[in-house]
Amino acid sequence: MPLRRDPSFSDPDRIYNTIIDAHRGLSDAESLSLNAGLVLLLANHIGDEGIVREAIAIARASVMSMG
Amino acid sequence: MTAAVDTKFAYRRSPDQERAHPAHHPVVIVGAGPVGLVLALDLAGKGHRCVVLDRRQGPSEGSRAICWSKRTLEIMGRLGLADDLIRRGVTWKTGKVFSGTREVYRFDLQPEAGHARPAFINLQQFHLETHCVAAALRSGLVDLRWGNEVTHVAPSATGASLRVATPDGAYGLTADWLVAADGVQSIVRRELGLDFEGQTFNDQFLICDVKLLIDRPTERWFWFDPPFNPGQSALLHRQADNVWRLDFQIGADADRNEETRPENVAKRVKAMLGDIDFTFEWISCYRFHCRRLSRFRHGRILFAGDAAHQVSPFGARGGNSGIQDADNLAWKLDHVLRGLASEALLDTYDAERRQAADENILASSRATDFISPKGAGARAFRDAVLGLVETEPFARAFLNSGRLSVPTAYDASALSTIDGFAPHDALALRPGAAAVDAPLGNGWLLSALGQGFGEICFTREPATPRHDAGLPEIRSLVVTDDLACARYGAADAPAVYLIRPDQHVAARWRRAAPEDVRAAYRRAIAA
Repeated sequence: MPLRRDPSFSDPDRIYNTIIDAHRGLSDAESLSLNAGLVLLLANHIGDEGIVREAIAIARASVMSMG
Repeated sequence: MTAAVDTKFAYRRSPDQERAHPAHHPVVIVGAGPVGLVLALDLAGKGHRCVVLDRRQGPSEGSRAICWSKRTLEIMGRLGLADDLIRRGVTWKTGKVFSGTREVYRFDLQPEAGHARPAFINLQQFHLETHCVAAALRSGLVDLRWGNEVTHVAPSATGASLRVATPDGAYGLTADWLVAADGVQSIVRRELGLDFEGQTFNDQFLICDVKLLIDRPTERWFWFDPPFNPGQSALLHRQADNVWRLDFQIGADADRNEETRPENVAKRVKAMLGDIDFTFEWISCYRFHCRRLSRFRHGRILFAGDAAHQVSPFGARGGNSGIQDADNLAWKLDHVLRGLASEALLDTYDAERRQAADENILASSRATDFISPKGAGARAFRDAVLGLVETEPFARAFLNSGRLSVPTAYDASALSTIDGFAPHDALALRPGAAAVDAPLGNGWLLSALGQGFGEICFTREPATPRHDAGLPEIRSLVVTDDLACARYGAADAPAVYLIRPDQHVAARWRRAAPEDVRAAYRRAIAA
C-alpha cells in the first residue's frame, strides 16, 4: 500500500493545531526533540519501511525545493 | 604491567637463516596476533605445518581487544582452548545503558540456557595470545618466529617470496600460500600497494585500563551524556585480574597529548568511579575507521583480520570477526593443501568474509552515528530515543550503544545448497548460518561435530532407518535430544543437516537421500 496523500482527517485544522500546540513554549532545540520523538513513535506505529521511506522522500524534496 | 619477559616470545635464530637460498614453506602467516595464531592452530589441528612471523618479541601491549563472543569461544572450543580462556577471563552477559545518571535500559545477551559457552568473556588480548602461543608450541607444527619483521613481499602465480629482517640480519623465504594477519598497519598490504575503501571518523576516544579493587557487577555499562563526561559517551567494562576498561569519548578537537597525560586521565577516572585507589595498566587515544580491502584474496595471498577490514570498537566486532576469518579460512586452505578441493574454494573465503566485513562495518558505523550524532537533527533523534526508552518498548530497539558481535550467516554463499526447509521454518539455522549449540546427552552438540564435515540427523524417533552419505570425509551423527531437535526445527518432523568444518550449515532437508548429501558436500567444497 503506498503512502496516503489525500486528506484523511475529518477535521484537518484540529489535528494541525494539535501538533502546533504541542510546540507552544518550547525552545527551538526542544521543538526539534519533540518532532524527533513524534517521528519515531509514528514511524514505529506505521511499521512499514516503504511507507516511511516514501514520506521521507516527499518531505525532503519539499525542503530542498524551498532552499 | 603486561606479561613479564616471557621466553615463549623470544627471538630465536631459525635454520632458514643459514641457507644460501630462501627456504620454502607451504604456508607462511604474517602476524602472531589472535587471528594469525588461531589460523596456525586450526591448521595444526588439521595436520599442517606453518611458519608464523611477527616483528614483536612479546605479547601485545595494553589490553586492546577484550570482549570475546560466544561464537569465538565455540571456535576456541574446537581448538581445545575455550575452557582455559573462560577460566582466565570474566564471564558476562548483561549490560546497562545510562542517560545522564538514569539507568534507562538493561539487556541480557544470553537469555536462554542450553549453550556450552557464555555470551561473552572479557579477557585482555595478550592473555588470549599467550594461551594461543602455548598451544601452538605444544602442537609441534607451528614454527613461531618472533623478532622477524617482513620487509618485502613479492607475489607470484604459485605463491610469494618474502624478505624478513631479524636481529641477526635479513633472510628470504618463499611460500605456496601467504596469509597477511598483520593488523591495521599491514606490511603485506603496503607491499602489494592495496588501499582501503571506507570512512574515518573524526571523534577521538580516550581509553584506559585501570587496576582497582572494588566490588562491582561484571556488566557492560554505557553512558550517554554522563555528568563526568558531559555531552559525550563513556563505557566501563571489567577484564581479568581486577582490571577495568574505561573508554571516554572526547570529541574531534581534544588535545591528544594533554588528554593522555596520566594526571589528566586520573581526574577522569575519579570523576567516573569516585575517589578510589587505582593503578594504570594502559592509556591510549584512538580514532577509528570503518573500511576494508576491496578483495581479501589476491592470488596466493590472503588477508585476514584488521589487515583486511577495520571497524569501530563498539560491538566487539574487530577481534571476533578476525577470529571468524581464521575459522573460515583454515578448513578451506586445508582442503586445498590436501588436494581435496581446488583453489576456487578460497574465492569463497573472500566472498563470505567480505559479506561479514560489510555487515560488521554497517553495524559499527550505525552504532557510531547513534553514539556520536552528526548535526542537531541527528542528535535530536538520538536524544528522543533516550527520552522514550524507559517507558516505550519500541524505543529500546532503536537504542544503540554498540550491537555486539554475532556470527554472519553466509546467505549468498556459493557453498550452500538451496534450503530444503519451507520458507521461514527454523530460519536461525538456514544454510549459511552458524550452527547453534545444544545439550547432547552429557555433552554438547558443537563438540560432537569434530573438525570436519558432519551430517546430523535430528529425529525424535531414533528407530527410523536411515542411510549416511557413505563418504569418509563426512562424520555421521544421530541426535534425539529434545532441545537440540527443537532448535533445529525437528521437534515435530525429522531433519538432516550437513555442517561444514567451520560449523556453518551447508545444507538441510526434511528428508535426504545419500546422493543429496554427497551433492551438497561437493558443492560445499566448490567442487
